[in-house]
Amino acid sequence: MATETTTRAKLRWGLLDAVVVVFALIPVLWIASLSFKTPATLTDGRFIPREWTLDNYRTIFDTDQFVRALVNSIGIALIATAVAVVLGAMAAYAIARLDFPGKRLLVGVSLLIAMFPQVSLVSPLFEIERQLHLFDTWPGLILPYITFALPLAIYTLSAFFKQIPWDLEKAAKMDGATQGQAFRRVIAPLAAPGLFTTAILVFIFCWNDFLFAITLTSTERARTVPVALSFFTGESQFEDPTGAICAAAVVITIPIILFVLFFQRRIVSGLTSGAVKG
Amino acid sequence: MADIVLDKVSKRFPDGTVAVRDVDLEIADGEFVILVGPSGCGKSTTLNMIAGLEDISSGELRIGGERVNDKAPRDRDIAMVFQSYALYPNMSVRENMAFPLKLQKLDRETINQKVEEAAKVLELTPLLDRKPANLSGGQRQRVAMGRAIVRQPKAFLMDEPLSNLDAKLRVQMRTVVSRLQKQLGTTTVYVTHDQTEAMTLGDRVVIMRGGEVQQVGPPQELYDHPRNLFVAGFIGSPSMNFLHAAVQDGTLRTALGDVPVGDRIRRELESADAPRELILGIRPEHFEDAELVDEETRRRGMEFEAPVEIVESMGSDKYVYFTVEGERASAAELEELAADAGADFTGGGANLVTRLSAESPVTEGGTRRVWFNLEKIHLFDPTNGRNLTLHEGRAAGALAD
Ligand SMILES: Nc1ncnc2c1ncn2[C@@H]1O[C@H](COP(=O)(O)OP(=O)(O)OP(=O)(O)O)[C@@H](O)[C@H]1O
Ligand SMILES: [Mg+2]
Repeated sequence: MATETTTRAKLRWGLLDAVVVVFALIPVLWIASLSFKTPATLTDGRFIPREWTLDNYRTIFDTDQFVRALVNSIGIALIATAVAVVLGAMAAYAIARLDFPGKRLLVGVSLLIAMFPQVSLVSPLFEIERQLHLFDTWPGLILPYITFALPLAIYTLSAFFKQIPWDLEKAAKMDGATQGQAFRRVIAPLAAPGLFTTAILVFIFCWNDFLFAITLTSTERARTVPVALSFFTGESQFEDPTGAICAAAVVITIPIILFVLFFQRRIVSGLTSGAVKG
Repeated sequence: MADIVLDKVSKRFPDGTVAVRDVDLEIADGEFVILVGPSGCGKSTTLNMIAGLEDISSGELRIGGERVNDKAPRDRDIAMVFQSYALYPNMSVRENMAFPLKLQKLDRETINQKVEEAAKVLELTPLLDRKPANLSGGQRQRVAMGRAIVRQPKAFLMDEPLSNLDAKLRVQMRTVVSRLQKQLGTTTVYVTHDQTEAMTLGDRVVIMRGGEVQQVGPPQELYDHPRNLFVAGFIGSPSMNFLHAAVQDGTLRTALGDVPVGDRIRRELESADAPRELILGIRPEHFEDAELVDEETRRRGMEFEAPVEIVESMGSDKYVYFTVEGERASAAELEELAADAGADFTGGGANLVTRLSAESPVTEGGTRRVWFNLEKIHLFDPTNGRNLTLHEGRAAGALAD
């Protein structure tokens, strides 16, 4: 009886999961499928291509445009992520551990930044960056990305730091560690899941941004992939670029998948269990 | 190895709370000192100041003769065991214990040897490669101790190290701690609010209340000669009985009858600012079934009759609870003790707790004649808690001249 209910429950859950996964994946698979189709069969409405071709991929890697954009995207997103996570970790640590004047204000202001509608900042930023000669440069995108990623980083990280028992840090100090050693050898390894989670979130945010990228760049110097895609034309002006755009879309999803898979393995929950009483 | 001296040490937190006030304490080299007191009395704060985890607001702390107020914890060479154990969850037992040694940059071989040695002492050898998450509470506790002893520090600080263990394990670990401290001979400061631990473990006990030291001394001395009402009520289980006593014509009118007082106390009570009301304190074991008392002993005390409420036979003796009429003793100290210990504190209630010989034929429901020893009673001034029977540090009962 009991086993029967569990198998039935399992079946129900499995079905539900399958529905959700299919629902989420169909558009992605559709794009993947389109990217393997030839221009002639592009609009035949079949899910599985009749003729497979890699032409679309060849096309995008042949155009210098796309490769440059890919390099820009990877570089800008990685740098912004690294800076935001490091700064965010320090701020979050202070917020979780210290009582300093203006702590609530700091938290409040960073919340404010996160809530600020980005669209309304686009034109002032455009003017400012032109004056400062940051327009159409890597730093010109990295800086606003960090600004908007930091609140996110601070929030997720301070939640993680708050979970780490403070006694551990005291114990490390009693064991002869300096503040720095205590952080590096005891706190940081325990905060690692938090650091990786934050890194993933920030990276995805930077990688997917379209708004800043389209307004604050004008050439291949700093244009990122989402923007480059929108400028995409085929090999010739008159060719339908749908296949190529789909191929590019597939290509730019790959780094994110890799990034998540790589870090996900390090996100082992329950890492702090056993530290205190229990 | 070193002595620890606290010289008028105080702690004021930024929010204005004074957690520790002018604590003077000299802990000799190799001594085992217990800090005990109700919750919030400043024990942990005191310990953290010795450790260097809290700044000292004023006063001086010397370890081994050297002023260490401004030294970081790592430069004080003291090990600490936390109530929460605070084991590093990402490291194995071996790595946990090796951590302090690694920070000292000892070579691998020495580290291994020291860890194995400490593990053997604490019977942790088979567990060395486990992670803390896979240990029982008692084992975690032993790892925490191992991490402390492994580097042979000048002193051990322990903040309620056994309070997370169940009763049986606590008794077991108590002997482990005691044996370890004797074996190593390292100066130890141990915080607890379990008075059994306080009485059994330490060479000396420091009783704290509201950030101030109430009395320092060997456990037996605190038990026999409490300096004030708070110490008297805090030490002892079941606790001392407290009764209201009105001063009238050189005697004390209490619910147990008129208690005569000796010359010295009478003189004290005759002075102009003497209290008109006192609190009488008697420990449960200083009562006896009147039938079982011989003539010689009878003269040293007095008798009363009261209804028996409950009899708890312990085999070796009987705890008998009597109902007594009359005004209840009231003092700030008694309320505080009752609030801290809850139902465990029986001293302030209308019940009299007595410990009578097992031979006593006392039964529940009837009344019984009971004798108590006047030489062992204490008299306290309810306004300031002072023990009036204490003369030159010794309590001599009510009759002393
Ligand atoms: N950071 C702080 N800021 C302000 N007050 C504090 C702080 N830490 C502790 N206190 C106060 O100082 C007093 C002493 O605290 P402490 O932790 O030393 O008590 P304790 O004797 O160890 O109690 P317990 O038995 O409950 O552990 C308490 O009244 C507490 O509220
Ligand atoms: Mg405490």
